[in-house]
Amino acid sequence: MYKIIVVGGGHAGCEAAHIAAKMGMKTLLITMNIKNIADMPCNPSIGGTAKGVIVREVDALGGLMGRVADISHFQIKMLNSSKGPAVRCLRAQADKVTYPKNMLKELNNTENLEIKEGKVEDLIIENKVVKGVILDNGEKIESEAVILTTGTYTKANILVGSKSTPSGPHGEDRSNYLSDNLKKNGIDIIRLKTGTPQRIEASSIDFSVLQEEKGDDEAHTFSFDLKPSYDPTKQRSCYLVYTNENTHNIIRENLSKSAMYGGYATGVGPRYCPSIEDKIVRFSDKERHQLFLEPESDYYNDWYLQGFSTSMPEDVQEKMVHSLHGLENAIINKYAYAIEYDAINPLQIKPTEENKIIENLFTAGQINGTSGYEEAAGQGIIAGINAALKLQGKEPFILKRNEAYIGVLLDDLVTKGTIEPYRMLTSRAEFRLILRHDNADLRLREYAHELGTISEEQYARFTKKKEDIVELKEYLTNTKVEINDETRKIFEENNIEIPTTNMKALDLLKRPEINSKFLSKLIDIPYSKEVIEQVEISTKYAGYIEKSYQQAEKLKKLEEKIIPEDIDYKKIINLASEARQKLEKVRPRTIAQASRISGVNPSDISVLAVYLKKEYNK
Amino acid sequence: MEDTIASISTSIGIGAISIVRISGNEAIRIVNEICSIDLTNIESHTINYAHIMDKDEIIDEVLIMVMKSPKTYTKEDVIEINTHGGINTTNKVLELLLEHGARMAEPGEFTKRAFLNGRIDLTQSEAVSDLINAKTDASRRLAINQVNGKINEKINNLRDKMAKLISNIEVNIDYPEYQDELQITVELLNKELREIKKELDKIIEDSKNGRIISNGINVAIIGKPNVGKSSLLNALLDENKAIVTNIAGTTRDLVEGSITLNGVAINFIDTAGIRETSDVVEKIGVDKSLEAKNNADLVILVINNNEELDEEDKKLLASADENTIIFVNKSDLDSKVELNLSNYVKGNTLSLDGIRPLKEAIISKFSLDKIMNKDMTYVSNLRQIDLIKKAIMAINSAIEDVDNNVEIDLIEINIKNAWELLGEVTGKVYTDEIVDTIFSNFCLGK
Repeated sequence: MYKIIVVGGGHAGCEAAHIAAKMGMKTLLITMNIKNIADMPCNPSIGGTAKGVIVREVDALGGLMGRVADISHFQIKMLNSSKGPAVRCLRAQADKVTYPKNMLKELNNTENLEIKEGKVEDLIIENKVVKGVILDNGEKIESEAVILTTGTYTKANILVGSKSTPSGPHGEDRSNYLSDNLKKNGIDIIRLKTGTPQRIEASSIDFSVLQEEKGDDEAHTFSFDLKPSYDPTKQRSCYLVYTNENTHNIIRENLSKSAMYGGYATGVGPRYCPSIEDKIVRFSDKERHQLFLEPESDYYNDWYLQGFSTSMPEDVQEKMVHSLHGLENAIINKYAYAIEYDAINPLQIKPTEENKIIENLFTAGQINGTSGYEEAAGQGIIAGINAALKLQGKEPFILKRNEAYIGVLLDDLVTKGTIEPYRMLTSRAEFRLILRHDNADLRLREYAHELGTISEEQYARFTKKKEDIVELKEYLTNTKVEINDETRKIFEENNIEIPTTNMKALDLLKRPEINSKFLSKLIDIPYSKEVIEQVEISTKYAGYIEKSYQQAEKLKKLEEKIIPEDIDYKKIINLASEARQKLEKVRPRTIAQASRISGVNPSDISVLAVYLKKEYNK
Repeated sequence: MEDTIASISTSIGIGAISIVRISGNEAIRIVNEICSIDLTNIESHTINYAHIMDKDEIIDEVLIMVMKSPKTYTKEDVIEINTHGGINTTNKVLELLLEHGARMAEPGEFTKRAFLNGRIDLTQSEAVSDLINAKTDASRRLAINQVNGKINEKINNLRDKMAKLISNIEVNIDYPEYQDELQITVELLNKELREIKKELDKIIEDSKNGRIISNGINVAIIGKPNVGKSSLLNALLDENKAIVTNIAGTTRDLVEGSITLNGVAINFIDTAGIRETSDVVEKIGVDKSLEAKNNADLVILVINNNEELDEEDKKLLASADENTIIFVNKSDLDSKVELNLSNYVKGNTLSLDGIRPLKEAIISKFSLDKIMNKDMTYVSNLRQIDLIKKAIMAINSAIEDVDNNVEIDLIEINIKNAWELLGEVTGKVYTDEIVDTIFSNFCLGK
């Protein structure tokens, strides 16, 4: 018998199955189509702002997304390099053929993990505990825990104009009954919507009139364990395209034909990826909208037209695309569509992603109301870890808001719920100065080691890095930069004010105009790039970082105040009635989480804290 | 680690001594920064004589009681400061604590901490719970009443302005490749932040007027014996017989009588029993007069026109500051004083015309004529003033960051902090506000 069954082979499913197997659980991954393992049905990229940090967090925890992306892209870029360290992020243009292939290879090489094709339509549930899955052909497969990572496949409809077709992404089969069966068991189902733009034939695009966007000259990797394995001079480019008045007119004239505006759709779409008709209607004074053309693969000729997603009928889409400068003669290989699907209300899951109603049932990814490959992967790894821990009878693994973007993501979902597909943004993370992509390993690898999800070799590399950081800091404190004729010249050549006296190297580094690159011209710094980066950031931004840690420390005490699961809010007489209702609905795990629920006021938190003290002496 | 909290723990205006209490692990650090003695190694449970200082200026002569954790009411470090000045001095001490990092305690918060830290036993808990509930409800109502509609609107407008700025910065961060969106630059921030700061400063300035309107102006009349202090007071009060009362309340000092000027109460405080006509009073010397200044918003220093200045006069004149009006009395008699001052008022107590110049001087000193013409948008609650002042401090840090070429996402931290503090003033705390603003104002995404 299997310990854990993972249903769905998308980005959440891959991470969940891999990590659970790594933790010694006999795991079965069931997918409808093995060719669609780690499929990228929408944009051809991994990472980006905030999302790129999640990729590194997954990597730090022993997951796959980062290392697979590192060997599957044809362009990689550091975003926000001119801004502060907290918001810098990597984004890779991943090859849609290579990425799934490399992911499948990783899964096939994972011990304890089997993959099977099949369509899950029901669960075996006894006394509110899940015991396995039932396939559409009636086959029953037993397990001790089930992780649902069914993405946008549950009761999905594809919308193009007034046409609605029951179908998963790009014409794949969908699950017809699973969400209804979940509903029967008391799970609250919500309906969401997302969309994807057109794919354009490469040979029909006039690249000569478009603005080119290149990858970075410097090589990067997501993974803390890999060295760059690509040639930065041989990256592929993306291109910028703009809409114009003509495009807008076509859209306005045909608005009633759009699935969304014609009233053919019922799902709620995300505000951060509005369809182009949404953009034209809501921002009518904008003269143009920026679009991006991104290559999908080295193995076929589709270019992804980012920013142009729509649910207009095909003939209107033709006119719209042809109105764009550079795409006058474009051939559309795939039309844009909107997709509606069933998801579960995330207020019904715990921060471990276990369901509150059905024990040992976990959910991760778009079924929890999120959007994005990276958000899915982050949830997948947490669900996999917690399912394994639960079966091992161990304490759950919950990342706090000041520990990881993944922690922010799950806390937001289970505390606030969502009415649109949730996308991670840096602005959602109040501790983003601590949650940087450069220190994801420092934040999480110790946990991964305890969980047994990284190898001893990986851990040793991490420990060495940590030691080097301490050493380098000491070294820079003890090393003086002499001001003499030779160094004066270096300052002058770089247009940097010459210090009046000899200075400690570390103090010099604190000055805003001086970076480690300049410093290394004055003194020898025999450490790796990553180690120097850590010391530089922690020195330069010490004041800001210290403040963030102080704020996080304040929160810690509240995070440690656990609310017993069996608490009866009706017994707390002094709670305001709105607070009582919200608390009953969310059933927060800690006082800190309770304080983040909208409608729960500080006075309610006081009352709750006093009640806990009195009743449970917590 | 909890905030360090402070408040005045005696009833305001009652009793000769007020106690300002502060609790939390920053308590000793904060008090140390504003007092004349070094508390860092002080023994626990000791009473120490010291001055409370605002930089170099002595604010009050106090007794500081230091009680270190855990043997204290809240089980945290607690310091109690016994102040001797009146309400203004005590408020000033509290304001200094807040400026140096303490937070104004919520009603019942010391007791709440005492309970949560296990200081009060369980039998008392029900009462505590009721207390917190009752007090927080009351304070919630209070907060709503005290922030009147106009100030609320003003602060909300400022917050909206800041939210737009913040969300624009967020868009620049989260969508770095959208070149058509407005890129927030240092120049733009500089301009916007300075405007915001100006408006916040104005709210604080108005709040001073606000307090004047609600509490009135406390005036002490000082001068050496026989210059006519009591006749001056009588002349001022007699004109407004109806309002001559003994009001105990707003200060620990007895208010001898009040008049209104342009609708604002002018309270003459009984600093040395000047109303009594007996010789005893006139014996009270210069030192006592100087001490009286502590309790007053305004000091009227009386000089006799008909007498040459002596040492005592000179000493008093030397103490005159921006809150002093020098009144040269007995202008009906021959002038024997020589004043090298440009700033004094001449008059006498014989007629209405004689004291009119003095009244006009008071009106112009506090711009009373202008106050009443303004709309009454002011904040009078100390907690709110504290929050707004902290918001100003955050904006100042942001401006400093801009000047130092700090990266935009770091500058934003301070702007956001100020925005959150202002949210607490109006009671508006809604975590997804920025995300909502991003998507209602910017057009992005696939």
